[in-house]
Amino acid sequence: MPSYVIPDKCDGCKALDKTACQHICPNDLMVLDKETMKAYNQDPQMCWECYSCVKICPTQAVEVRGYADFVPMGASVTAMRSTEDIMWTVQFRSKEIKPKRFKFPIRRGVEEGKAQPFDHYPTGDDDLKSPTLMCEPAGLNTEKGPVRLDKIPTL
Amino acid sequence: MADFETVTVETDLLICGGGMAACGAAVEASYWAKKNGLKVTLVDKAAMDRSGAVAMGLSAINQYVDLNSGNNTLKDYVDYVRNDLMGITREDLVVSIARHVDSTVHLFEKWGLPIWTDADGKYVHEGRWQLMINGESYKVIVAEAAKNALAEAGGEYFERVFITHPLVQDGKCVGAIGFSVRENKVYVFKAKATLCAMGGAVHVFKPRSTGEGFGRSWYPPFNSGASAFFTIYGGAEMTCQEVRFIPVRFKDAYGPVGAWFLLFKAIATNAQGGNYMLDNADELEKWVPYGKVKPRPANIRNWLMMLDVMDGKSPIYMQTHEAIQRIVDTAPDEKTAKKKLRELESEAWEDFLDMTISQAILWAATNTEPEVRPSEIMACDPYFIGSHSGASGAWVSGPEDLQTAETKDEYCWGPPHMTTVAGMFAAGDASGASSHKFSSGSHAEGRIAAKAAISYIVDNNEAPVVDQADVDALTAEILKPLDMFQQHKGATTDPDINPNYIRPTQFMYRLQKIMDEYAGGVSSQFKTSDKLLERGMELLTFLKEDSANLAAQNLHELMRCWENVHRMYQADAHMRSILFREETRWPGYYFRADKPNMDNDNWLAFCNCKYDKNNGEWTMMKKPVKYISG
Repeated sequence: MPSYVIPDKCDGCKALDKTACQHICPNDLMVLDKETMKAYNQDPQMCWECYSCVKICPTQAVEVRGYADFVPMGASVTAMRSTEDIMWTVQFRSKEIKPKRFKFPIRRGVEEGKAQPFDHYPTGDDDLKSPTLMCEPAGLNTEKGPVRLDKIPTL
Repeated sequence: MADFETVTVETDLLICGGGMAACGAAVEASYWAKKNGLKVTLVDKAAMDRSGAVAMGLSAINQYVDLNSGNNTLKDYVDYVRNDLMGITREDLVVSIARHVDSTVHLFEKWGLPIWTDADGKYVHEGRWQLMINGESYKVIVAEAAKNALAEAGGEYFERVFITHPLVQDGKCVGAIGFSVRENKVYVFKAKATLCAMGGAVHVFKPRSTGEGFGRSWYPPFNSGASAFFTIYGGAEMTCQEVRFIPVRFKDAYGPVGAWFLLFKAIATNAQGGNYMLDNADELEKWVPYGKVKPRPANIRNWLMMLDVMDGKSPIYMQTHEAIQRIVDTAPDEKTAKKKLRELESEAWEDFLDMTISQAILWAATNTEPEVRPSEIMACDPYFIGSHSGASGAWVSGPEDLQTAETKDEYCWGPPHMTTVAGMFAAGDASGASSHKFSSGSHAEGRIAAKAAISYIVDNNEAPVVDQADVDALTAEILKPLDMFQQHKGATTDPDINPNYIRPTQFMYRLQKIMDEYAGGVSSQFKTSDKLLERGMELLTFLKEDSANLAAQNLHELMRCWENVHRMYQADAHMRSILFREETRWPGYYFRADKPNMDNDNWLAFCNCKYDKNNGEWTMMKKPVKYISG
């Protein structure tokens, strides 16, 4: 498959300005069938199983079935991603093994969309020819004082 | 010709790509562009939030030099990289990246990336140079900062525009050309400087999987050689094109082994329980001095494992359960032991879920609980990357302040990380001989190259001169596969089988079969020879000719056509470079049966090459390896 779309859940992202899975797939695999208004994976053998489509789908209509050419049937890994963490459920092929559930943080201290790129540390000079990058040397760190860039060539 | 609108975008700096290096470039370029009144434009074939090698996430940051801890120096890092690459490395470039990477990691944290910390608030190291992270959204966060930086500096970005070719005028890069994969538009970007950061290449070689799992490469299948083609076609000197990277990973789904080897201290054994690193230690003498350094070079670790595989001692297992048991056994009481076991279990699964979810599916589907039983590991397929333990990419100028009297004439000719083509910069997997930059170092290199490019633009602030005849010819060439399909599709009842053209998937299979069988792929245990390579190059010549008959039914397929042309140039450079280097230096990556030994007297040198698009000729060059660390 590997990513597949559950028709009852997929609404073709009618309410959005673009189809979420089609927007996000790094390999341009997810497409919307304009007649049925359902999405599908147009070239499963080029799928990396990165779950980008699974994580972004607003109706949880996309899931992944392990590669049929080497993965035994019956297991599943499902993801529920929010703005701060992700919940995973791992179902084993053997129903005698209890499914595992994990919750991991995905960002910390900065609200989604608000990553401020510049000025977390002062920038040492405005010289375009110097090796000092934005936020350096202060951003190199910390307690023991700035790393001396001028000392580096001699190693 | 297919009916396409041409969109022309004029900018100062053009960043091609949207991965870690490109995002680093976007942030740094925007900062300096804003101060200098310049415009930055980024173009990505996918969506920046999930493009490039970090699309799925990562469970670790693999380059953090931690200079302020006092535990490490830049020399320590350079020693590690030089030894891992069997002596073939540009120390000036490795240092250039290593001296900045810590500040890049600190910015990631400011942007919201959760880096693991211990009870004292210090970063948790996976190994000496590696930090553990909750990295599911690593790329989303880094892309967010890049997009915000572009917005703040008045720049812009284009998604779903696939760059096919550079624009080069009188030896200077003046932009790039490509097409939208969503609508019938050709994009012409005219720029005063261009930064190439479009990743490495997968699927040049035949992968181990044959069916649906074809796309489950370790490095992503959408990194398809765009950087290599861009720099090769642009006339840039290339380096280390013979160096392919073959990581050892959990078998079939290619889950990461770093946490198991470094954090959990697991041991890999053959099926009889023998430790191939110890049992095959005599082989290390053959590859001294590098065979004896610690940690052992990645290719040497592969090689010692492969010796057991070739001896019929497979499967090779990562002894996960033993490693976990050893850690749990250190707990003072049963309650602490149970808690520790739960923690380890969670860490082990997160390692896969953050970056290789397929491996979690495979473990679940084979009822594998790592605390109960071991898991198979295996060498993957050959990949082309400038990072990790790969080294292939463009030959770029080192920073002037890092040169010695011996190196400056060889390694410094322009602004830092500029290729040998004026105005064309490269970073991340696009630049060569500066291995072990990983995600964080690629971002740092993007930043270094971007500041240098802004400086270059300030010094050379002239409008780019683009020859319209060149643009017209390239436009026709780029769209030709669409015309080819339309013109001939009626000749047969099945569009896949048509004597007039070849579709991109079959074209890719043909390339992969040549590389697999003649250039040392999986099926020959990575072994090749001069005669095999010469025959492979003959067959590649037919493929090159047939690339003029590629056919595409739609825009998606047009992208696939050009991806495979890009791969074909990477393959060409690879075979020529293996043939040029008359020795075997990286057993475990490839073995030249006719030159089975390392020859340090003659080949402690870079193999560089250059392509001339006007006559199709390649020039091979040997360039000296000179260290700055003394």
